[in-house]
Amino acid sequence: MIGGLFIYNHKGEVLISRVYRDDIGRNAVDAFRVNVIHARQQVRSPVTNIARTSFFHVKRSNIWLAAVTKQNVNAAMVFEFLYKMCDVMTAYFGKISEENIKNNFVLIYELLDEILDFGYPQNSETGALKTFITQQGIKSQTKEEQSQITSQVTGQIGWRREGIKYRRNELFLDVLESVNLLMSPQGQVLSAHVSGRVVMKSYLSGMPECKFGMNDKIVIDKQGKGGTTDDSGKSSGKQSIAIDDCTFHQCVRLSKFDSERSISFIPPDGEYELMRYRTTKDIILPFRVIPLVREVGRTKLEVKVVIKSNFKPSLLAQKIEVRIPTPLNTSGVQVICMKGKAKYKASENAIVWKIKRMAGMKESQISAEIELLPTNDKKKWARPPISMNFEVPFAPSGLKVRYLKVFEPKLNYSDHDVIKWVRYIGRSGIYETRC
Amino acid sequence: MPAVSKGDGMRGLAVFISDIRNCKSKEAEIKRINKELANIRSKFKGDKALDGYSKKKYVCKLLFIFLLGHDIDFGHMEAVNLLSSNKYTEKQIGYLFISVLVNSNSELIRLINNAIKNDLSSRNPTFMCLALHCIANVGSREMAEAFAGEIPRILVAGDTMDSVKQSAALCLLRLYKTSPDLVLMGEWTSRVVHLLNDQHMGVVTAAISLITCLSQKNPDEFKTCVSLAVSRLSRIVSSASTDLQDYTYYFVPAPWLSCKLLRLLQCYPPPEDGAVKGRLVECLETILNKAQEPPKSKKVQHSNAKNAILFEAISLIIHYDSEPNLLVRACNQLGQFLQHRETNLRYLALESMCTLASSEFSHEAVKTHIETVINALKTERDVSVRQRAADLLYAMCDRSNAKQIVAEMLSYLETADYSIREEMVLKVAILAEKYAVDYSWYVDTILNLIRIAGDYVSEEVWYRVIQIVINRDDVQGYAAKTVFEALQAPACHENMVKVGGYILGEFGNLIAGDPRSSPLVQFNLLHSKFHLCSVPTRALLLSAYIKFINLFPETKSTIQEVLRSDSQIRNSDVELQQRAVEYLKLSSIASTDVLATVLEEMPPFPERESSILAKLKKKKGPGAVSVNELEEGKREGELNGGGERSGDNSAIAASNASTPSPSADLLGLRTVPPVAAAAPSAGSLLVDVFSEAGVNDDGFLRDLEPPTESSDSLLAEGPGDSDSAPPSVVSEDPAPPLPESNELLNKFVCKNNGVLFENQLLQIGIKSEYRQNLGRMYLFYGNKTSVQFVTFTTTVSCPGELQSQLNVQTKQVEPLIEGGAQVQQVINIECLTDFCDAPLLNIKFRYGGALQNLSLKLPVTINKFFQPTEMASHDFFQRWKQLSQPQQEAQKIFKANHAMDTEVLKAKLLGLGMALLENVDPNPENFVCAGVIQTKAQQVGSLLRLEPNAQAQMYRLTVRSSKDTVSKRLCELLAEQF
Repeated sequence: MIGGLFIYNHKGEVLISRVYRDDIGRNAVDAFRVNVIHARQQVRSPVTNIARTSFFHVKRSNIWLAAVTKQNVNAAMVFEFLYKMCDVMTAYFGKISEENIKNNFVLIYELLDEILDFGYPQNSETGALKTFITQQGIKSQTKEEQSQITSQVTGQIGWRREGIKYRRNELFLDVLESVNLLMSPQGQVLSAHVSGRVVMKSYLSGMPECKFGMNDKIVIDKQGKGGTTDDSGKSSGKQSIAIDDCTFHQCVRLSKFDSERSISFIPPDGEYELMRYRTTKDIILPFRVIPLVREVGRTKLEVKVVIKSNFKPSLLAQKIEVRIPTPLNTSGVQVICMKGKAKYKASENAIVWKIKRMAGMKESQISAEIELLPTNDKKKWARPPISMNFEVPFAPSGLKVRYLKVFEPKLNYSDHDVIKWVRYIGRSGIYETRC
Repeated sequence: MPAVSKGDGMRGLAVFISDIRNCKSKEAEIKRINKELANIRSKFKGDKALDGYSKKKYVCKLLFIFLLGHDIDFGHMEAVNLLSSNKYTEKQIGYLFISVLVNSNSELIRLINNAIKNDLSSRNPTFMCLALHCIANVGSREMAEAFAGEIPRILVAGDTMDSVKQSAALCLLRLYKTSPDLVLMGEWTSRVVHLLNDQHMGVVTAAISLITCLSQKNPDEFKTCVSLAVSRLSRIVSSASTDLQDYTYYFVPAPWLSCKLLRLLQCYPPPEDGAVKGRLVECLETILNKAQEPPKSKKVQHSNAKNAILFEAISLIIHYDSEPNLLVRACNQLGQFLQHRETNLRYLALESMCTLASSEFSHEAVKTHIETVINALKTERDVSVRQRAADLLYAMCDRSNAKQIVAEMLSYLETADYSIREEMVLKVAILAEKYAVDYSWYVDTILNLIRIAGDYVSEEVWYRVIQIVINRDDVQGYAAKTVFEALQAPACHENMVKVGGYILGEFGNLIAGDPRSSPLVQFNLLHSKFHLCSVPTRALLLSAYIKFINLFPETKSTIQEVLRSDSQIRNSDVELQQRAVEYLKLSSIASTDVLATVLEEMPPFPERESSILAKLKKKKGPGAVSVNELEEGKREGELNGGGERSGDNSAIAASNASTPSPSADLLGLRTVPPVAAAAPSAGSLLVDVFSEAGVNDDGFLRDLEPPTESSDSLLAEGPGDSDSAPPSVVSEDPAPPLPESNELLNKFVCKNNGVLFENQLLQIGIKSEYRQNLGRMYLFYGNKTSVQFVTFTTTVSCPGELQSQLNVQTKQVEPLIEGGAQVQQVINIECLTDFCDAPLLNIKFRYGGALQNLSLKLPVTINKFFQPTEMASHDFFQRWKQLSQPQQEAQKIFKANHAMDTEVLKAKLLGLGMALLENVDPNPENFVCAGVIQTKAQQVGSLLRLEPNAQAQMYRLTVRSSKDTVSKRLCELLAEQF
């Protein structure tokens, strides 16, 4: 189990130090600073083993969060906890920064006491936590409130309290996907996958029972056999998608998912992540990058890159950025591009080409002349891949939300009264093309 | 280095450095550096010429980036350009860059060397210094090659500035250290030596470092420096503290120079010139006097500087070791330091005293401090100082104070630091042995040692006790008594049990008269420790038990009972089980006489260097011990009974040093000697194997007795009857080989020429030679009668397997042999692979009408195809160990058939065809041989070891070879030879 938790600033100074178990001493704090934060070689592994002690760290801007243990713990659990803790902190005081942490250190210790007990993770649902860890001054709670908190924390549905009331029952559903790609210079896909999340924001009264449906291949096939064909499925080119693996928020009834593959749950109040999934088949690649690199003698390099957007012309991609790495002995760069802005960034050893907006089925190109300084180094330039960033208003995996039904038998509102919003956002993950 | 002037300050560099310092994270730093590198690259692109200032600035930035740990692969050219600048700062940065980022690019190196050459030949001293510093900082072989000739010239040139001279001297020193072969002083030597007379103290200081280094390599060339150094030293020593101004350090005149001078003098023997020597002695006295003076300053630097000179002077006095007066004074001076507050001083004083103690002049003086040193050993806080105190006690020990010192060291041992215990134990053991007046004291001391620090008593220590006890009759009884008493302690160390077991086993009878230590009591005492001990100790105890049976027959039943118990006879440890079984059998089967012989008291060990001393030397540093001793030590480690190692000339200690089994049998009972081979019967008529009888000593043979009845009876008709009875029924088939043919065969194992067979009719002589896997044999058939032999035919056949192992070709002989005549037959032999049997020679002829038919074995044995191999001791044992599989070894223990004469044995072993290796076996009595058997199919390497035991008239023969059949055969063949 987690033996201790430390938060450092970028200099390696300890901001928060909470030790849960005796096997973690004070020297563990220094060990992490010396061997990871101040390491000569940048430490890329999120898990570091120093003197039989394991350090799991995540970095949020300039802040290091490190969980320490001497035992053989489940690393995935520790990271899940660390991410959850980041979420909780963000929910309480916004951005995780040195200043915010310093200003809220009492709160953080209070939270740490609650969400981690003797190194075992406890309820880390923000909604539930907010009922008894408040940021306002100490206000004495009535007996009623206290008993309610107790029953909720110890009860079956720890993530939602009873008696929530909204005038407008509203529900926001975001499908957020990041698409990862590695492509050969010839345009062959070497590896591609989409990792997606379904994030929900619910403002619903009472204890509603929700049911979520999407175009999961297994479900669609089952229904297809049953005889009913889904119209929406037919209209889009792709009827259903194959989900490789998925995880759910704790509110989802897994038994029901296992047996009927239906996702039913009582949602927490406010924002939360309903599910996470990953697909590797039939991915829509929003952009195609075609590189052309020509070495002219020892002192010159000519680069031409064409990008093609590959989605419906009615849709607009945003925040497009193409990053073309330059050799380490670059001494000057001339860039010409038809669209957007391009600039040589010496500090990053790359040409960065930014386009604000781009519609589907279009293409654009950039050409650059790179001057090189002759060096006596015999090493050849490794030619790192060209990477790309973008945002598109559809799900590259092809996932579609089919329905989200809300039932609240006790209160008098029905599924039709709930206002539902659905949004798809596809972002680039590591989207690279070799050149 | 002059400070960078205000106007020269590089603002860009300062900004860059402060940017880097302000970076929040590593990534930010890398970004900033990348940006700067790109900027510098664009500046260095070569479109426009940069001025010196910006070039310097960018080179500086590159240097800074490099020092931050990033790779720099450009900018060298710009740095080289800076070298040719006329501005000091630019040149300096250029040199800095070059010496930090020296590049092996040959083009660049040429340019750099060129620039350095220009600077060296310039008249500007600062430029020359910069160039010299660069050469020294790079210090590579290439630099030495380019400039080793130039620098001595600069060093000795009259018009060179002092500061340049200093740099040149140190630069030369550096080059000399990296590539001494390139720095040839030759003609410059005397002029370099005369730098000691230089006006400038800095030059002298720099030059003396160079001279010291050079004179260590070739002292003769620099001999003249001694007198110069002495005069220089005396000038410094006698000067008042104010004379030297800049070179006076806290009231001490030129302490560094003095130390260096004293150290230089330590490279040489005392000066022969009386005047110089007198002056030097005077100096040393002055230094000693000054040490007595009250300090001029309370500052620690003052006393440090003074003491540094003093200790260096004392080292010199010790090095000369010729001035009793000075030595004693030095000793007294050190004595004062022994109680000084400063730990470092105490340490140094003890260390110097250690060397003083070994000098005959000051030994007595050192001894006066014994109380202080003992006190230091007891009360000192610092363990390293205590260690030095122990060293000093060891060094100052002699016959007069040995008892005191040993007692003190023993008492200190109880509280001594763990890190120095083992060394202390060794030292106590050595002192106790070295200065033992009576051996009872020695035994007491060592037993005490084992009692106090048993864990740190190495094997060698207790081996040594046993060696000494066994070699001294006078102490044996006392040792037995003391050991017996020591063993009565409820908890005693395993080493004590080992010593006890061994000594009681040997000399328990000496104390058996006392009812308190009756045999049974002794046995019970030993056996009470048995179960607490490790396997090697138990094995030793079992041997002690069997010795008890011999010493005290009344304990036999008790001991047999113990041996018979399941825990012994069925012990899971092979060694213990084997001992138990063998000892049990030995005790029940053998008669008392046999027991008494086998379990005889160990013979005295040969006197030799104490193994402990060797161990101490090894501990002090492997360099001090020769490989031989190490080797010995290693082999000693293989044994569990330390003593028997050197007793391997005795019959009992058959367990020899090189016995492969790590647990050599203490009593050598592993193999019961086989019943000696039957005495030769027919051999009596044959020529003595040892005599170098040739084919032509027929006369000698004829004088011998008539043939034995066995050979007679085999020949169907005796020569006497042959005339009367017509030959009728003699078979045409080859007769079966003569029964004595095996004997005949054995006769020729160690020699190639001789008489193979003889009866009244016929004599067969043999002469053979072998080369690699080929052999040629000449057989001479002599007709001893006056009647001719007719239809004389000989056939050589290879029975059975031999056919495929040996290829034998014969030439037919004349079928007629006249009376008294001799015919010769040549046989060519090729060895295809190793073989055991010998080819058969069948001879048929008619003598006076009677058919004679006889078969003999041809003396072709595997050893004939030996090629001798010379090898060193080390190689031999390595190979010996490689051939360690049980089937590769064949061993025989047998009684001597002939007198044990070393020369004869040597001759025989040489005749065998192997190389007789001298100085290989640690025991000179033993013989080891090495050879390779050449067959057509393969080569079989063989090693042989013969251990004669003159007392028991026995031999032990061990043969190892890469092929098991070869070892076996060789062993069989040889067992009959000695």
